[in-house]
Amino acid sequence: MQSLNTFSNRLGLKSMAGLPRKFQDYLMIFLFLLPAVILFLLFVVYPILQSVYYSLFNWKGFGPAEDFVGLANFQNIIKDRVFLIALRNGLLIIALSLFIQLPLSLLLAVLVGRDLPGRTFFRAVFFLPYVLSEVIAALMWLFILNPDPDRGFINAVIVALGGQPLAWLGNPDLVLIAIFAALTWKYFGYHMLLFMTGLQNIPSEIEEAGRVDGANAIQNFFYITLPLLSSTIRTSVYISVLGSLQQFIMVWIMSKGGPVNASETMATYMYRFGFVRFQLGYGSAVAIYMFLLCLIFSLIYLHFTRKPDYLSGLEG
Amino acid sequence: MQARAVYRPTFNARKFLQRFLQYFVLVTVVILVFVPIVILVFGALKTRGELMSSPYTPPIPPRWENLISILTTPRYSFWPMLWNSVMVMVATTTGVVVICSLAAFIFARIDFRFKNWVFQLFTLGLMFPINIAILPVYFVLRQLNLLDNLWGVIIVQTAFQLSGNIMILRGFFAAIPAELQDAAYIDGCTAFDFFWRILLPLAKPALAAVAALTMIMSWNDLLVPLVVINNDKLWPLPLGTMQFQGQYGQDLALVSAFVLLSALPTVVFYLFAERQIVSGLTAGAVKG
Repeated sequence: MQSLNTFSNRLGLKSMAGLPRKFQDYLMIFLFLLPAVILFLLFVVYPILQSVYYSLFNWKGFGPAEDFVGLANFQNIIKDRVFLIALRNGLLIIALSLFIQLPLSLLLAVLVGRDLPGRTFFRAVFFLPYVLSEVIAALMWLFILNPDPDRGFINAVIVALGGQPLAWLGNPDLVLIAIFAALTWKYFGYHMLLFMTGLQNIPSEIEEAGRVDGANAIQNFFYITLPLLSSTIRTSVYISVLGSLQQFIMVWIMSKGGPVNASETMATYMYRFGFVRFQLGYGSAVAIYMFLLCLIFSLIYLHFTRKPDYLSGLEG
Repeated sequence: MQARAVYRPTFNARKFLQRFLQYFVLVTVVILVFVPIVILVFGALKTRGELMSSPYTPPIPPRWENLISILTTPRYSFWPMLWNSVMVMVATTTGVVVICSLAAFIFARIDFRFKNWVFQLFTLGLMFPINIAILPVYFVLRQLNLLDNLWGVIIVQTAFQLSGNIMILRGFFAAIPAELQDAAYIDGCTAFDFFWRILLPLAKPALAAVAALTMIMSWNDLLVPLVVINNDKLWPLPLGTMQFQGQYGQDLALVSAFVLLSALPTVVFYLFAERQIVSGLTAGAVKG
């Protein structure tokens, strides 16, 4: 009682202590949720609604939006070749993440296993890039990808092996691969961590039983470990897809979406129109497309798997 | 127990080969992870001339000049940027921990009408990450006159950390046995007493995890400051690092030193708080 009194006194609600319990409870619910709800409505929900409104205008950002254009922005976006490149790049990054990055992370998680000596060391090292900021990761990769073999380490290795140095970030055919390498370097440790935790939740007795029944290591993995890991894999896929759709900082620093838009993503496209060219109505429409894509993907995902585990897992 | 003893792996050639392959792959990946980092450290510890003539050799003897010049040259404004980052990080982390634990407590332990509705609202936030929201958020900040103001960065970072962290804390709070709450109520505690005196002390590891995650997120964030802050006196470290590379990009040794120094706090923090970071991330994503 005492702390509630001091708490309410501080808020100038001295009379509250005498009020019925029920009212106190409601007041507490209200006060506890208030800051979160206000911040969330003002900075997450309201911006969504507002950008829906602005997306219907041709608006340069100065003065009120008056030049109403209806859905023209939305139509122009899907007609823009650059946006389609950005969309394709997003899908490509998703595909590469799902078929290269996640299997690699899973393989490493299995290799590190439960009791390998040095397990904590490997985990700490593999997870380090995830903790470093995207700016630092992008700059480090910018340095080692330098086309000059005397400045870029990767080209130095290629030359030492007898090859020709490559302009990784200057070549439209290579830029996305180079960026994807950097993204994998940065993010595989996170997925590996998820898989390691998932593996740890599988009782070792089950795998042992498989071994007793004569399954070899590979059968054991595909018929026992993998199915039991499916909820972790789903979570990992979900995070990976949403992350790929909105890739921005690493791309912006390494290539600015270039050369000639070859590495454009939807987020760099939106940033270019919103903050470089100040076509805010058009940029808002891009934001809405991205939001809808994420929403549709989430809904499909929910439909097939009920809830992402990082929502449902926390309820139990 | 008997079965276990019989099937305990024995140290034979096959086992040895398997272990060897395991370590071979893992060590290869360790080397790949370290390549960009080692190249950066080597570059930072050489003079500009040394870096030109022998770019990939170890820096023997190490040259500390680049690092010292960054730390002591006011023009490079390393310290003011560090200070801006610290202020934003402290404010954001405090805000996230306080606001999220209040809300998560209600969602986990108190029932009221429309609770599910309000909660669903917050899950929507998970589908609307800041990278997508940044342009719409920019409009709101401009209307509120929060551009070129560190508070703008702090508020936006906090707002976009709410959803995820409320979910994490709600999970932890819900796991505390209901008997404890009943016992506290019987002993005359109010709901607030229970929250303040029993739940929060019990949830310290969870709060530490949320705090550690938020600190990393805030410290590393580039996008929000990039959009909100124009004034170079208010640049936090990541934004400053990017601009430094733009301005002094020709002097690779100097830029390497700057990047190294701006990465150092994160690495040190990671070494100390690895457990909290890992537990926060896995609680947020993995069932169990």
